[in-house]
Amino acid sequence: MAQRAIREADGKRMMARLLKEYSNGKHTVADRYITVSPETDLKKLPGKHKWLSRTKLVVKPDQLIKRRGKSKLLLLNAEWKEAERWIQERRGKPITVGSVTGVLDHFIVEPFIPHAPEDEYYVAITSARKGDNILFYHQGGINVGDVDAKAEKWLVQVGRMPTAQEIEKNLLGKVPKARKALVAGFIEALFRFYADLNFTYLEINPIAIVGKEVVPLDLAAKLDDTAEFQSGAKWGGIDFPSPFGRTLTKEEAYIEELDSKTGASLKLTVLNPRGRVWTMVAGGGASVIFADTITDLGFMSEMANYGEYSGDPNEEFTYLYARTMLDLMTRERVQGGKVLLIGGGIANFTDVANTFKGIIRALKEYRSQLIENEVKIFVRRGGPNYKEGLRQMRELGETLGVPIEVYGPETHMTKIVPMAMNALKGGK
Amino acid sequence: MPRRSTKKGTQKAKPDYVLFDRETQAFIYNLQVNATQRMLDFDFVSGRGTPSVAAIVNPTGNDSFQKFFYGPREVLLPVYKTLKNAAKRHPNVDVMINFASFRSAAASTLEAFELQQIRTVVIIAEGVPERKMRELIAKAKELGKVIIGPATVGGVRAGAFKIGNTGGTIENIMESNLHRPGSVGFVSKSGGLSNEAYNIIARSTDGLYEGIAIGGDRYPGSTLLEHLLRYEANPDVKMMVALGEVGGVDEYSIVEALEGGRLTKPLVVWTTGTCTKAFKTEVQFGHAGAKADADAETADAKNAALKKAGAHVPTSFDDYGNTIARVYKGLVKKGIIAPAPEPVAPKVPMDYAAAVKGKVIRKPTNFICTISNDSGEELLYGPMMISDVVKKDIGIGGVISLLWFKKLLPPYATKFIEMCLVITADHGPAVSGAHNTIVATRAGKDLISSIVSGMLTIGPRFGGAVDGAAQMFSEAYDSGRTPAQFVNDMKAKGVNIQGIGHMVKSVHNPDMRVTLIAGYAKKHFKRTPLLDYAFEVEKLTTSKKDNLILNVDGCIGICFADLLRNEFTKEEADEYIKMGALNALFVLGRSIGLVGHHLDQKRLKQGLYRHPWDDIAYMLDK
Repeated sequence: MAQRAIREADGKRMMARLLKEYSNGKHTVADRYITVSPETDLKKLPGKHKWLSRTKLVVKPDQLIKRRGKSKLLLLNAEWKEAERWIQERRGKPITVGSVTGVLDHFIVEPFIPHAPEDEYYVAITSARKGDNILFYHQGGINVGDVDAKAEKWLVQVGRMPTAQEIEKNLLGKVPKARKALVAGFIEALFRFYADLNFTYLEINPIAIVGKEVVPLDLAAKLDDTAEFQSGAKWGGIDFPSPFGRTLTKEEAYIEELDSKTGASLKLTVLNPRGRVWTMVAGGGASVIFADTITDLGFMSEMANYGEYSGDPNEEFTYLYARTMLDLMTRERVQGGKVLLIGGGIANFTDVANTFKGIIRALKEYRSQLIENEVKIFVRRGGPNYKEGLRQMRELGETLGVPIEVYGPETHMTKIVPMAMNALKGGK
Repeated sequence: MPRRSTKKGTQKAKPDYVLFDRETQAFIYNLQVNATQRMLDFDFVSGRGTPSVAAIVNPTGNDSFQKFFYGPREVLLPVYKTLKNAAKRHPNVDVMINFASFRSAAASTLEAFELQQIRTVVIIAEGVPERKMRELIAKAKELGKVIIGPATVGGVRAGAFKIGNTGGTIENIMESNLHRPGSVGFVSKSGGLSNEAYNIIARSTDGLYEGIAIGGDRYPGSTLLEHLLRYEANPDVKMMVALGEVGGVDEYSIVEALEGGRLTKPLVVWTTGTCTKAFKTEVQFGHAGAKADADAETADAKNAALKKAGAHVPTSFDDYGNTIARVYKGLVKKGIIAPAPEPVAPKVPMDYAAAVKGKVIRKPTNFICTISNDSGEELLYGPMMISDVVKKDIGIGGVISLLWFKKLLPPYATKFIEMCLVITADHGPAVSGAHNTIVATRAGKDLISSIVSGMLTIGPRFGGAVDGAAQMFSEAYDSGRTPAQFVNDMKAKGVNIQGIGHMVKSVHNPDMRVTLIAGYAKKHFKRTPLLDYAFEVEKLTTSKKDNLILNVDGCIGICFADLLRNEFTKEEADEYIKMGALNALFVLGRSIGLVGHHLDQKRLKQGLYRHPWDDIAYMLDK
């Protein structure tokens, strides 16, 4: 539902497949990019890709890690044997980059391209409301520095396609004369590739000039995943990996799958499975405000999840969503109990009674676990049929054995947050 | 309400800052019945003279009309297949509310842009590709059009015009005072939160003047600032309220406008998403654009910048309402806002469906049914769910017992029913039912007509003996007459005994079907008094003539009467026979054969049947 990052190897393979077409045959990128996933049998690779044994190689993790060179996550100029060992030593192991820890599970293997530092250039295309910015700098590589400040930048207005002449004039002032046409032609094709495939971000740092060829060495990109119906065939069978360190838990993957099956929206991110504050909030906007308020009140570290359901999901989907949440929140008892915020604004068209029916079904099912975990529930909601929905919740509160406080539109939306936080403090 | 089509454009020149007023009419693109009805309900409580929807464009349908309520009355709205045609008929319409899907929203929006009369297009769909959206934005700018959305519920000008589902139910609209104008201009990204904000504004001020939800996408068709600038220019808007969001840099254009003096009216604004600092990794929120790619895009940075530029920024969302109330009270004190008296709004009658759901209405029914129910989760045959009917393998005999006799008869009985169906299924092509079916089929008639034409011959002379025998023998037996008395009475009356006699079969050449049925009844029925009585009668009749045997129709009828008397009271059993239950058994069984004959003739491609002249005795009067 938005801009989503893709793997480097996928981006490069798209270039290998399509750049020739977008440059009228002038620029080609050799398809020598291998993705090593947890399932890849390393022993079989040299048989499948003869060039692995004939060329020196580069190996990098390929899972949206920034500044891999600086984190020493880069193997250069290696024989296959060496590359294989390097991957084996790292595959499936957790590492920490900056403040984030994750498991290394995807790598890109590609030919090592010998070149001089002065053959490296920085190029990027980014999207903005008025058009697409092309950023170019006559040096590239890991030490390029603050490109926002020093790169040449040219905004190509929406609907326009830049010509090589314009690119040369606007961006390539510091490129040696003999190379200008080559680089301009490459960027011209790259832009068409970018636009036609619905990229929203593409950074190649660096491109290297090797003889008459322009080779992408390090690539990061994002696609607009809503454009899949237009460009999906050109993307090929790609996946959108989670940010590094954010492998989806089984439950998150399940909710993502549910989400894809309904026109409504169901989202779940587990932030801290041992947290004491759980939220089940309706609405993309309201869910953020609930998380904000919890943070503002200083309960950041206790926030167990972010999630939302909206767009009038039916009773069954709401039930499945609620059940997953309740299962997660009652797995481990915590001293002082937990709170569950069933929140939401005043719905425009979601039937509150209907969605609550699904939630109530799940609450009844998890009755004993909720009691055992000393869960207190706070409800605030408005919208179509809200009176009936709230009535059913109140009724449930009388029989469930779990305290449920219920509020409607007459109470400010986030008032239940401080109430819940007080309940937690009281429980300490 | 007559269909409104104006020959001449009646568009009055509106100031640029006014997108909607009490005369504004819109097209709804795609058949959105609920959203349209909600707009008309709003129109009614707002006291608009004309509905805010002039017509619906339904590209997958044909030109037609659709009924809606306008208060307690019903009105007709025209539905057009093409936008072009709708525009020609309704030249006063300048708004299109586009409910097309994310795949086709861009194309239909461009189509609307081609019409000079359309000034504002609202795109509801979520998931319009960003690149397409930017092209639409550029095009709109070039043509001087306004886009609201995508990924939005729309917006509302209180007491004048409401987009689609904005504001939710009519109760909420009234509670949030959206049916009459106040002094506050509101804009946000989120549609859901805008509704929450209308509620907050209604509780803290004299009410909303206009509210717009620009949508949660990265490139909304119109921006927060563009709407704030409209409010700034509009003398009826006295204060402004906005709700921003983490991600993007839209809010900084508000900062610049505040600093540059282009926004001077009091502005209360809060940017949501202050929680992102608590997350270690990137979390994609519900809205596509809600993701901070840079420090400046965080909610904290935006709130601080807005505050510095002079906006009223609460300390948290909890404090949002209080801040709005404080600013409002200041304006009242200064005399800038003078709260108007509350108008009396007409009441929208409750929808029948909602009233039923809420258990506040009842009405007598015109029909009653006690054998099956399709209105619940699963179809019921009597007390049994259809899945149990199949799982428990009760057979067609069991189904008949449920649907005809309202209870599941024991297996011996349901098997007997099936046996009767098997035996009565066909009796060759020569009998009148099959014959008529064949003739009708050969005349080129369809299945139903052919079957019915055969069916219609079933009566007192053909197939009717099943019923007749059961009735006649029950009566005789119940009256206490001996078989001999019964035979003599009938002879005296000159009436044939129903169920007695066969064309070819006789005592020495018995009908196997009768042997089977009677044998089954004797073996499995608890009691068979009527059958026993019938055999006594047969003894007497066959002594007179060899072929006056109990025939198959009679045997089925009499056994079935015994069966009913075993399973029901005598009165109930007689009632079933009177209602035609036995005849039904023959009709149902024989329909199998009739279908067979119809299919057979079709398969054999038989032409029109014409009876040969030499088989008709022409004997006209001289």
